[in-house]
Formats: sequence, C-alpha cells, structure tokens
Amino acid sequence: MAALCAVRYGAAQDTPLLSGGVGFFTNTNGGATTYFPIIEPLLAAPIGSRLLIESRAVLTEDFAPKGDGQSGYDHSHFIALTYLQGDYTVTPHLTVVGGSFLTPFGTYNERLSPIWIGNFQDGPLITGLGAMGTGTGLGGELRGSAISRPKYSIDYVGYFSASSSNEQFNAERSAGGRIDLYLPEYRLEVGASYGRLLQGTQENFVGTHVWWEPKGTAFRLRSEYAHGEHGQGYWVEADYRTEAFGGLNSWIGRFEPVFRMQQTFRINNIASDTLPAVNTQRADFGLDYNLPHNTRILTSYSRQFSSAGNVNIWETGIVYRFLFPAWKGK
Amino acid sequence: MAPKKILGSALVLGGLLIALVAAVQAQATPAQQSTVHTAPKTQIVAKQMAKSSDERGGRIFAQNCSRCHNAPDGFSPRISGTVVRHMRVRAGLSQHDAEELLRFFNP
Repeated sequence: MAALCAVRYGAAQDTPLLSGGVGFFTNTNGGATTYFPIIEPLLAAPIGSRLLIESRAVLTEDFAPKGDGQSGYDHSHFIALTYLQGDYTVTPHLTVVGGSFLTPFGTYNERLSPIWIGNFQDGPLITGLGAMGTGTGLGGELRGSAISRPKYSIDYVGYFSASSSNEQFNAERSAGGRIDLYLPEYRLEVGASYGRLLQGTQENFVGTHVWWEPKGTAFRLRSEYAHGEHGQGYWVEADYRTEAFGGLNSWIGRFEPVFRMQQTFRINNIASDTLPAVNTQRADFGLDYNLPHNTRILTSYSRQFSSAGNVNIWETGIVYRFLFPAWKGK
Repeated sequence: MAPKKILGSALVLGGLLIALVAAVQAQATPAQQSTVHTAPKTQIVAKQMAKSSDERGGRIFAQNCSRCHNAPDGFSPRISGTVVRHMRVRAGLSQHDAEELLRFFNP
C-alpha cells in the first residue's frame, strides 16, 4: 500500500495531454444528406507552475450531394486552429490569457462547442450573436474566480481583441466580457455577457444565461438569451439520464433524451450576424446514447419553421472522446 | 398543422417531460445501507478524512465539471494536474476548488 501511495504521489501530474474527439456525422436537411467525418484534437501543455499553453484544432471533410440533378457527391475539407492561447496564473483570482481565444460571450462558444460535449450536433441558432464573426478573438483576456464561498461563487472574464485577417487567426476588433454567479446549494448558475464590435457596424451585444441542474439528479436545464442590434433570440435545452434502473451506467441509464427549443427574431435586415434572415422557430428532439469508453451516439430530429419555408432536419452521429498523456513524462 | 400549434405542442411536451423526470426522480431515492466497521479506530479516522476529502472533491467535480460534460471513463494520473489547470481556466475554478479537485483525482 505504501509503495502504491509512493508511486501515485510521486507521479508527475503535469504531463502535457492530448484530448479531443473523433466523430462521424450525417445531416439530412430538406431531403439532402451531408456526411462529415471530423477530428477535433486539443493539446494542453503546462510550462512551469504558472503557464499553460492550450490549443484546439478542427479537421473535417464533408461530402454533400451535387446540385442541379447530378448524381454523386462533392466534397471539401477544412483544417483550422480553433484557438491557441497561453494562460498565465498571476494570482489565485487572476489569470491572464494571451493569443487566439474563444470569444467569451454566453455559454455555448466556450463550454459546449467541442464535439465531445454538445448534446446536439448543431449549435444553437443564436451562437453567432456576440461571437464577433469568427467566434475567436486575438489579443488578451483577464479572467478568474472573483469570490468563492461555500454558498456562492462569482467568476469573471473580460477581453480585448484586435482585428486580424490572418487565415488561422481571423478576428475582429472587439471587447467585452462575462460574469457568472453560481449557487452550489441550488445548482443554479446565472450569468450576463456583453460585447462590443469596435469596427464596421460598431454594435453592442448583450446576453444572459440560466443553467440549473437539480441536486441529486442527472437532469440539466440550460438556457440562453442574446440580443444584438439587428437580431435576437434564445434557446432552452433540457437533458436527462435516469438512475432509477441500475444507475447511470446501466443500459437504460445510458440513454439521454434531449429537448431544445429555440427562436430567433430579426430586428432589421442590416444583417451583420449569422442569425437566419427571417424570424425562425425550431424544436429539436434528440436521443443520445452514452456508450462505455467515452463514446456517444447522437441522434436528433428538428422541425424548423420560418417564412422562408419549413424544413425537417435529421441528424445522426457517433463521437469518441480521447484523453491521454502526450508523452511518457517522468 | 400550423407552426404555432406545433410550437405549442412542443412546449407542452417539454413541460410533460420535465414533470415526468421529477416524478421518476422522486421515486428513485437511494436506500440507506448500513456498514460494519471492524478496523481499528485510527484507520477509521483516516478513512473518514479521506472519504471527507473525496466527498469534497467529488462535490466540486459534480458542481463544476459535469455542468458542461459527462465525466470521462478515466485518465492517467500523470495528466491530472494538467486537466485541473485547463479546467481552472475554462470553468473559472477557485484555487481551493482546483486543489480539492486534484486531490480527488489523486486520492
């Protein structure tokens, strides 16, 4: 036992890691099916006791049916760095981030966008609001835990991004931030976001989110609202896994029904965001299955209503999440 | 069917789903299990301290990590520090929570 403890405590815990997801998705929208295999690797490498370098990339190839009544498929590939940042812990309450980072507006971009996390293959329709075009900023962030008490905690992030047209680090000049309040006893999180685009249309974005995970359950309710000068919208997502029939790892407990409701409203047609051009309502019904060994099957049916036409969207996919040391270490 | 009717139906279905979840959860209260301690008192205290630390770390994991994602099946203890440092930035963990989480990963 002592030898085991010595091995465990003596082991290096800061070995760089490789994580990420490998997936294969299909999307049938209005009768046309697209297939896309995807890899999203993530590297995190500590340097010393205060600095962490982290980066995520995306490699995907999509196969879509040819148009104009031709048979066969067209395919295209896409390879890009999603972000590449250095995190320097200055004090217990402050971390300075530099480089290319995910825009900290709302919750989806930073927390739910990895393919091994999201319950649905598609992000919410309002993802583009406050994301400043590319969803990444190039500059710096100040972030950390402002207060942490047993009954509540508050964390914050503020950022400034320069404009960049570099192919891998495309960003718009912008600034903003987010503040979150978390009440552990109620498993309730509320937050507010603000962003200002400092070029072109020079517009403001505001948003708020409420997440609730009732204690002792595997039920999660997440919701988010975002408002821009040209459009606004919200999404509400609920997912559940039952523990009633042998726990979360029983074959029944591995099922995860998911429901998401979302609406977007176009304020005017000076569209500088990625919201649909007309008011849109969408209901997503999903059924995921959490296989052993970090593998998930995602399936969903969505019905989207708008004056541009109502469509059915069917999606299926399988994602494997990997997480291992990048090298042997000490 | 008109889009508004379908939208209304979707909301009603969502409400029913939430009510069903609450009902199932209310019935699924875990049974209390009695345990028999036969170990010496010092070992019991050590175990209780370890258990208490595990519980704190487990609570921090449940409160912060699983808000966004399912727990991975497992990972090498050699990267536990890196995982915590990554999550400290991404999830806005306090220094104390990060330390408890690291202890939870390396009991």
